[in-house]
Amino acid sequence: MLTRILAISKKEVRQLMRDKRMLYVLFVFPFVLLILFGYAINFDVHHIRLAVYDRDNTEITRDFINRLTSSNYFDLITHLNSEDQIRKVLDAGDVQAVIVFPQYFSRNIYSGKEAPIQILVAGVDANTASVITNYMRAASATFSEKLSDEALRVTGREANIPVNLEPRFLYNPDLNSTRYLIPGLISMILIMTAVISIALSIVREKERGTMEQINVSPLSSIELLIGKTIPYTIIALVVASLILLAGYILFEVTIKGSVLLLFISTFIFLFASLNLGILISTISDSQQVAFQLSALISLLPSFLLSGFVFPIESMPPVIQIFTNITPVKFYIVVLRDILLKGVGLTAFWDQLIYLILFSVFFLGLASIIDRRNKMA
Amino acid sequence: MKLILAIITKEFLQLRRDPRLFAIIFIAPILQLILLGYAANLDINNINTIVYDQDNSAASRDFIENFESSGYFTVNHYTNNYQQVMNYINNGDDLWALVIPNDFEKKLKRGEQVEVQTLFDGSDGNKASIAFGYVTGVVSGYSQKILIEVMNKSGMRGIAPINLNPELRVWYNPELKTRFFMLPGIMGLLLTIITTTLMAMGIVKEREIGTLEQIIVTPIKPAQLIIGKTIPFIILGFIDVLVVTVVMVFWFGIPIRGNFFFLMLASLIYVLSALGLGLFISTVSRTQQQAMMVSMFGILLPMNFLSGFAFPIENMPGWIQPITYLIPLRYYITILRGVILKGDGFFQLIPETFTLLGIGILILTASSMRFRKRLE
Repeated sequence: MLTRILAISKKEVRQLMRDKRMLYVLFVFPFVLLILFGYAINFDVHHIRLAVYDRDNTEITRDFINRLTSSNYFDLITHLNSEDQIRKVLDAGDVQAVIVFPQYFSRNIYSGKEAPIQILVAGVDANTASVITNYMRAASATFSEKLSDEALRVTGREANIPVNLEPRFLYNPDLNSTRYLIPGLISMILIMTAVISIALSIVREKERGTMEQINVSPLSSIELLIGKTIPYTIIALVVASLILLAGYILFEVTIKGSVLLLFISTFIFLFASLNLGILISTISDSQQVAFQLSALISLLPSFLLSGFVFPIESMPPVIQIFTNITPVKFYIVVLRDILLKGVGLTAFWDQLIYLILFSVFFLGLASIIDRRNKMA
Repeated sequence: MKLILAIITKEFLQLRRDPRLFAIIFIAPILQLILLGYAANLDINNINTIVYDQDNSAASRDFIENFESSGYFTVNHYTNNYQQVMNYINNGDDLWALVIPNDFEKKLKRGEQVEVQTLFDGSDGNKASIAFGYVTGVVSGYSQKILIEVMNKSGMRGIAPINLNPELRVWYNPELKTRFFMLPGIMGLLLTIITTTLMAMGIVKEREIGTLEQIIVTPIKPAQLIIGKTIPFIILGFIDVLVVTVVMVFWFGIPIRGNFFFLMLASLIYVLSALGLGLFISTVSRTQQQAMMVSMFGILLPMNFLSGFAFPIENMPGWIQPITYLIPLRYYITILRGVILKGDGFFQLIPETFTLLGIGILILTASSMRFRKRLE
């Protein structure tokens, strides 16, 4: 059995070595993509373009604006002087938020009346918009506290703000979103390399008719599949080490946890991805179908359903069930735990079990379908 | 003309004979859009919370109640030691911990400042900072309440605490639903996956099988061949756009605020670039496997990450932003979002439309020339 498996692996390696372009794509592309995208993906909202329509124009309103723009969160782009301009600048996308101070704003606050500041936010990108509204709320809360404090001091009383927050952010103190997204990017690149390369290699044999030749040989379908998996697992492991190294050098994604655990988990994940690729190849009979299927199953879901970008707990329950179609979901948790948190097996052992079950299920399904195809 | 028609008929016949591919082209986009439309959600509510109340007094319970009634937090666990706090955060069960010191009530009564410790799992920087914003909001609301009580008791009615009340209004997407932002993007991406890759694979397949050579020896000219090959995919892509639009409008209830016909025209222009890219891929790859790898890593992934589909272009570092101008999907997504969400018309989107048209013509002619050269 072993010799037959090895024979298949050897044949696969030989075929790969002959296709230089393919090898180049397999090794160089993931690397380049990580570099390019690693810098591109982040949700850190800085330099929000701001316009001000200040109908009060007093020391207080100017102070408020100064405080906003002295942080690097807001850049004051322009002062408006009419209501109509608000619509214009927001529609054109010149600014992302507009602050409107009503007339008699400062007079009203000191006489204890309501003094609403109107803040208009362009909400096309909901995430950026909610970050902006958050900053604005926080800014006006601190500004209120400051004004209250000053007012009380005038009356000669010491006023303390009753509750003071002492926040501590674990694992990622500067709340940099890139560091959180990199594990997702790594998993995505890995799964695509794995799924596509193996799915195509099997379907190609089907298309050319060499699969039939293999079928009449004493090789069983499990032997064939395992033989095909071995070289691609090794390639994917090398690619994985390369991009983890790149992540470390370029994005300071250090491995806080155990390297051995990382290696084992990566291996399990790659095995699961390859099995997904095998399943795809057994249900498609042309490379075109195989490719469309792997693109549709591995590209968008591992981007959108895996928790890479969108938190799974915010999804509706039915969709949460569907998130299980991609092994990336489990691997991302493991990667984040090992790379960012540095926690041990107790935190993510369940994810590894899922990955193993996933592999077994897909490999089993694939070999059943494969056997049935042969019978027919 | 007749020859072109003949090729078109042949393409459709081929497609009809491949029912799996046919199903993928039409059913997969609908399924994906529905699934991903629900999944693409960055909205954060129900923030999982663990509370370590060392005071356990009426005041501290009141304080905790403020978080629960805000609607953003779910208190999952109460604990009485730090070890458990760390366990729950490490395992990812809770996003943050509220630690109330044992002199909470005493200090509040004396009018001293209390330090309340909060621990956040910062690994998802975006989520943590949004959660922190909500926490700050609740805490400063509570502080204001206490201040008012203190002042009322000490008979300082004259000076009300100053409370700046930001009136936040979000335009275009008032409920801040990420879905509204993401769906047009998914639409663009799906269209690219279907058209670009089908085109590339279709041609490479003929070359692999050798039928391309047979076509070359017939009196069909390369230009006719290209036109004949492109038109079926333009039609297919266009049908996909229609189907996907219908799902978006009627299933998700996202109305098209702008002009529907302009949207269709823009889609048609975009399909030109998408097919041009497909043709280009077919000229640089010898096998279908290569074609897939190139379209996946060279086209689809960059489009995914650099088009502003999920990650705002303005957050990207300065040297990456120029690269995004090369990506046709960037312009198409801007147009889609402008027309669908903001109700923009042609006039607001002139630069995007013409750039897209320019890129489309450029890519298509360049690839056709390359294709012709390879044929001769």
